[in-house]
Amino acid sequence: MSTRLLGLILGGVILGVAATGCKTTPYDYTNFRQHHPHSILVLPPLNESTAVEATYGYLSTVTMPLAEMGYYVYPVAVIDHFLKENGMPTAGEMHQVPLQKVDEIIGADAVLYITVEQYGTKYQVINSASIVRARGKLVDVKTGLVLWEGIGAAEEDSGGSGSIIGDLISAALTQVINSSTDRAHKVAPMANVNLLMIKDRGLLYGPRHPEFAKEK
Amino acid sequence: MKRLCGLLAGVVAIMMLGGCASRSIYSWGSYENQVYLMYAKPDKATAERQVAALDEDFEKARSKNKPVPPGFHAHLGYLCYQLGKGDRARQEFEAEKAAFPESAVFVDRMLANMQSK
Repeated sequence: MSTRLLGLILGGVILGVAATGCKTTPYDYTNFRQHHPHSILVLPPLNESTAVEATYGYLSTVTMPLAEMGYYVYPVAVIDHFLKENGMPTAGEMHQVPLQKVDEIIGADAVLYITVEQYGTKYQVINSASIVRARGKLVDVKTGLVLWEGIGAAEEDSGGSGSIIGDLISAALTQVINSSTDRAHKVAPMANVNLLMIKDRGLLYGPRHPEFAKEK
Repeated sequence: MKRLCGLLAGVVAIMMLGGCASRSIYSWGSYENQVYLMYAKPDKATAERQVAALDEDFEKARSKNKPVPPGFHAHLGYLCYQLGKGDRARQEFEAEKAAFPESAVFVDRMLANMQSK
């Protein structure tokens, strides 16, 4: 396992804030199992946050978890450029593409629609916390059925050292060194772990994962 | 309590991945970071710079005997196309299709578009 992926998962453990808490009932995967996709088209996310960078900051973190879970993921930036060249300049317009067109032009089995709800840094007096929160919906291209829906969030708190003066200095430094969107971008992969990879509420494994058959 | 739940959820995620804890499927290199940079800091991710970085990633993947992730070759192909390197672009798109037949419809469309331009 790559150190980055392991880091993500450990990050998810240490810093993850499960958005939906301890839900005991697993997601109903009936539709998912009946129309198990091999390939997933990830469209640039809709952005409900105040950070304009959220759409592409988040988009650039989605391929790894989906691919490592065993799915084919279309090249996100190439798809974005392709759709822009074909008269869809914004994520909003891309999310309106009829599924029949997706089938015909791209050939994807399923489309993952993501909406970023929060993306950025909350500055407090001493601490600043980067928060990313997103919801996702996976739709079967052939039937239009919703295969899965979920929500995930992660928060990274810069923390305090206990010494007020020391904290004020380091908080000021952190704010200078890290732009808030860069920090949010580092938190986004953890939000993805919580959105997509949690057992019983994330996605099922895809055909390219060794666990695929066992889970069925 | 909410934090504890998060912790538990994370532990479950690890257990879920436990079966493959020793290996990832792909050698990722800088692919996702290139995508991030091309939107966030385009001057740091010109097509030339991206191609150089991805070529290096590909060599590393090959030396580790691991495949590059889905989308990698298509992304590289698109960059080569932008740089006017049509033959290389075609090769990369074909490599995407060979490694991931799921990409065939889209790759064939890209190849056809390149032909017609």
